[in-house]
Amino acid sequence: MEQGNYAIELKNITKRFGKVVANDKVCLAVKKGEILSILGENGSGKTTLMNMLSGIYFPDEGQILVDGNEVTIASPKDSFELGIGMIHQHFKLVDVLTAAENIILGLPGKEILDMPAVTAKIRELIDRYGFELNPNQKIYEMSVSQKQTVEIVKVLYRGASMLILDEPTAVLTPQETEKLFAILRNMRAAGHSIIIITHKLNEVLELSDRVAVLRKGQYIGTVETKDATAESLTEMMVGKKISLDIHRPEPVKPEKRLEISGLSCENIEGIPTLKGVTFTANSGEILGIAGIAGSGQKELLEAVAGLQIITSGTISYYPPEGGQEILSEKTAADIRSLGIRLSFVPEDRLGMGLVGSMDMVDNMMLRGYNEGKGFFADRKTPRKLAEEIVEKLEVATPDVSTPVRSLSGGNVQKVLVGREISSNPTVLMVAYPVRGLDINSSYTIYELLNEQKKKGVAVLCVGEDLDVLLELCDKILVLCGGAITGIVDARTTTKEEIGLLMTRNGKEQGNE
Amino acid sequence: MGVFVIFIQKAIGQGIGMLYGALGEIVTEKSGNLNLGVPGIMYMGGIAGLMGAFLYEKSVAQPNGTVGLLISFACAFLCAMLGGLIYSVLTITLRANQNVTGLALTTFGVGFGNFFGGSLSQLAGGVGQISVAATGAAYKKTIPGLSNLGVIGDIFFSYGFLTYLCIVIALVLAFFLAKTRKGLNLRAVGENPGTADAAGINVTRYKYLATCIGSGISGLGGLYFVMEYAGGTWTNNGFGDRGWLAIALVIFALWKPLNAIWGSILFGGLYILYLYIPGLNRSTQEIFKMLPYVVTIVVLVVTSFRKSRENQPPDSLGLPYFREDR
Amino acid sequence: MNKDAMKGREPLAHISKRDEITIWKAWGIRLAAILLSLVVCAGVIFALTRLNPIEVYKAIFGGAVGTSRRAWVTIRDALTLLCIAIGLAPAFRMRFWNTGAEGQVLVGGVVTAAVMIYFGDALPTPVLLLIMLVVSILAGMIWGLIPAVFKAYWNTNETLFTLMLNYVAMQIVTFCIVFWENPAGSNTVGVINSATKGGWMPALGGLTYGWNLLIVLALAYGVYVYLRLSKQGYEVAVVGESESTAKYVGINVKKVIMRTMAISGGICGLAGFLIVSACSHTISTSTAGGRGFTAIIVAWLAKFNTFAMILVSFFLVFMQKGAMQIASQFNLNENASDVITGIILFFILGSEFFIRYKVELRGRRKEA
Repeated sequence: MEQGNYAIELKNITKRFGKVVANDKVCLAVKKGEILSILGENGSGKTTLMNMLSGIYFPDEGQILVDGNEVTIASPKDSFELGIGMIHQHFKLVDVLTAAENIILGLPGKEILDMPAVTAKIRELIDRYGFELNPNQKIYEMSVSQKQTVEIVKVLYRGASMLILDEPTAVLTPQETEKLFAILRNMRAAGHSIIIITHKLNEVLELSDRVAVLRKGQYIGTVETKDATAESLTEMMVGKKISLDIHRPEPVKPEKRLEISGLSCENIEGIPTLKGVTFTANSGEILGIAGIAGSGQKELLEAVAGLQIITSGTISYYPPEGGQEILSEKTAADIRSLGIRLSFVPEDRLGMGLVGSMDMVDNMMLRGYNEGKGFFADRKTPRKLAEEIVEKLEVATPDVSTPVRSLSGGNVQKVLVGREISSNPTVLMVAYPVRGLDINSSYTIYELLNEQKKKGVAVLCVGEDLDVLLELCDKILVLCGGAITGIVDARTTTKEEIGLLMTRNGKEQGNE
Repeated sequence: MGVFVIFIQKAIGQGIGMLYGALGEIVTEKSGNLNLGVPGIMYMGGIAGLMGAFLYEKSVAQPNGTVGLLISFACAFLCAMLGGLIYSVLTITLRANQNVTGLALTTFGVGFGNFFGGSLSQLAGGVGQISVAATGAAYKKTIPGLSNLGVIGDIFFSYGFLTYLCIVIALVLAFFLAKTRKGLNLRAVGENPGTADAAGINVTRYKYLATCIGSGISGLGGLYFVMEYAGGTWTNNGFGDRGWLAIALVIFALWKPLNAIWGSILFGGLYILYLYIPGLNRSTQEIFKMLPYVVTIVVLVVTSFRKSRENQPPDSLGLPYFREDR
Repeated sequence: MNKDAMKGREPLAHISKRDEITIWKAWGIRLAAILLSLVVCAGVIFALTRLNPIEVYKAIFGGAVGTSRRAWVTIRDALTLLCIAIGLAPAFRMRFWNTGAEGQVLVGGVVTAAVMIYFGDALPTPVLLLIMLVVSILAGMIWGLIPAVFKAYWNTNETLFTLMLNYVAMQIVTFCIVFWENPAGSNTVGVINSATKGGWMPALGGLTYGWNLLIVLALAYGVYVYLRLSKQGYEVAVVGESESTAKYVGINVKKVIMRTMAISGGICGLAGFLIVSACSHTISTSTAGGRGFTAIIVAWLAKFNTFAMILVSFFLVFMQKGAMQIASQFNLNENASDVITGIILFFILGSEFFIRYKVELRGRRKEA
């Protein structure tokens, strides 16, 4: 290989965390003026690898070459000085500072700040690349895509010639994603090298010049995008041929289970999070809920679960054995004590659904510890349940006394879903059920949801990957800004239609 | 009129020590470290300053007040920094819990102060009561001329240099935090160390420096009590609970140095108010002495009612930061 | 960039979280830290006094347990410290920083003293003691509940709230002293009912401090069982680990916070009763004597395990008593004990790092 052709080269990089080997002798190279995708499942070590380029982690072994010279990146500062800029998946911004203050954070320069000069320079960048940004706005007042813009401007302000983006499209609508890709192509044309970390195959194929694949911390290989297909990349990523089709059984005897009408909620600051939401969820169907992040998905599920303060509207539950219960204005505890079997797999698994530092037995206890009389808690029944779940769902854990935090993402989700379906629910709500899971675990979860559907459970599933929702669900409800912008038939709709509904501002209600 | 002027003077006299403690704690807390060791650190600063002056005055026949002042000032600052260093090593490098470490440091610092305060003369060969007359006088020296300007002079110009230094530190600190690059970086460290780290700021260095320098400033509060307030003598537990009030003042001032200036005078006033309210007997005086604490509690409660994003403590306050946490 | 120039800037050590550590290894590290702290203390003592440190440690030993009386005073004070630490355990399990034990002990003590003073000679001893016990627990509960209510409803910072309440409690004590002072003008209460011994805790089976021993050990066991095995203890743990999980499963978080702080404050109030009725027989602002703060450290070091607290509190009180002994023996100030306590605590706090993390010095990197 000739010198100078590569912007960055990684040779035999190894990084361990305790006993876990996150990267094992990984080699990788990105050319000048190209977009390289790093593809891999969650937990394959993509982010760890890139964090060694951005100076967050330090490699245990191996070499890093920038422009053909071996370098040591011991801190983020070293990384900037080499012209590397990373845009993290979780934005690295200080909420109470303005965009401009965030952008100049940690930079050298005159000790007394000259904010007008900084703002002028930022405006210049904004004009050159066509961003939309107010440099004097505080971060906590911004939307997710505005925050991402701040991150990109921050990197450019520092004069980075090499950009690393970690899952940049996870929080964007299809339209915003297109805009981002256009900017990235402009940068490539200007000679920048760009690395984009992703697990979305269509984006890889659309945007990048070459694809490098990682699997379980191992480097598998790099291919030209033009020679690759979704199937070939999946095989590299998973290590075996895998069918990408999701099974969708026909609905079983759908009958009205949950009826929500005119539901509105507010958050603590008094800002509306849900605006007049009206829909029906049927038994034996999977109702998908789509929308850009923060459109009210979380609040909707939590309102049904009795965890939100409802300002107006009603939630009615129709038990299979007949009758009607009004769930609105009931707390989670009230709903349980009514004997309504409503299960909820929240988005934040270790922060809400489970307690990370507790073992499986204690986590099983979360549901039903208070059942039965007496002062002391029963740990025998939960232990049995934990052992059953380990066996049935093939949870990889040393034993049921291991803190769930130390399990992998897929196993954590199996524990949570296993507990929630163990109570034979009539309504099952899941939020982002496969986020952070590898492909095999994802399919296990899809199967579990289908199994519940076949049992006649009303399943509500909030998802972010539209391709998955389109294949898995019967109907898809689209939220935008807390209001429903449409409820469509998943068998006939298209991704584009949903994408448009996701940004439509909820003027017209598309109820059936 | 006269009573009022004296009240203001005394309130400022009480307030400045707390203001030093609070300013030091603001610097520390802006880096995300909640140092509950401030009361101990103030004792350490006070006794070290006194010891420095004492050993100097004992070793020369004709002690020079200015030299004693410089020596004691340096001793107080350095010894208080040492306290901050102990806290920093334990909480930053060894990641010990901040609350527990701070309380241990207070136990240690208060013991340190009282131990040396009580045994200093004995350790030095039994000369009786500690007294540093020359140095004490130097600290009490007011600005010539200005202090004779009647009421204005009495209220504004009747204090020793530590009082003015404290106001200057508060002003400089306010400017530093709002208008300088390092101040911006420091605020980022306290708000979100992960972000500061990714932006190339050396979080560990900022935390160490902020905590040690902050402790040094807090220690000057102890020096102030010993030298200007008590005139160069030591009484065991003489500071009482002013160290905790300094921490309360930080909350009261909403982490803003300029608020702390008038807050300290208010706290000082509340602290001695019982002496100036006519008709109080001994028992009701004790009730009045609760005021500074009750006011702090009220401020705590009121700030928790109004969830303004601008008046909150630094977001990572009390939490340890380490990068390779997995 | 030059490789050799950058080589020196590589991180020196590699720090990683330990997966697990055997109990004997963890206690080995702690023991090593304590020994190291004793060596440092010896150095400090030698620097100050030029005394042979071995002699000094002999004196410490003698001071703490040298005579039967001294040993019992050490046991008594360790039990008091332990009682407060036990009270703090439920609050800490809930991640509620109760720094107000000092005040909770004081209000418990002050109401105990009030009952002794006003009813000491009017009621039969068992009834009197029972009333004292109940009011002390109630007073501590109220003092613990005030910050808990604000925490539960408005998330008011409890560390600082409880801290400030300590001083409010202290002023209440000085307020009461004005009315109770004996002899007049002394500004102290003096020994209450010194002649009649009304409200004094009697001996149990010949042991002066038998009741202290019984009550505190029963509490240690009770709180251990409560936290580990009861439904309420489980709720405390869930709330402490994650409030949103607690809400998700329908735990009434506000109720748990208030209930737990009532228990925590109540036990601390009971410690005030033990001090006044069974130890000092008087009340002053130093009745708690900083033990409310030391107990925080004890509870933290013992990781909420009430039995580990027994060891820690006995060790600390042992060192304090010993240090006071050398102080008086060698004409030093009694505050030496705080200095020594501080040094030991620094070492124990620091040692926890080596229990939780593994530190490997970074060797030369392999060249590719």
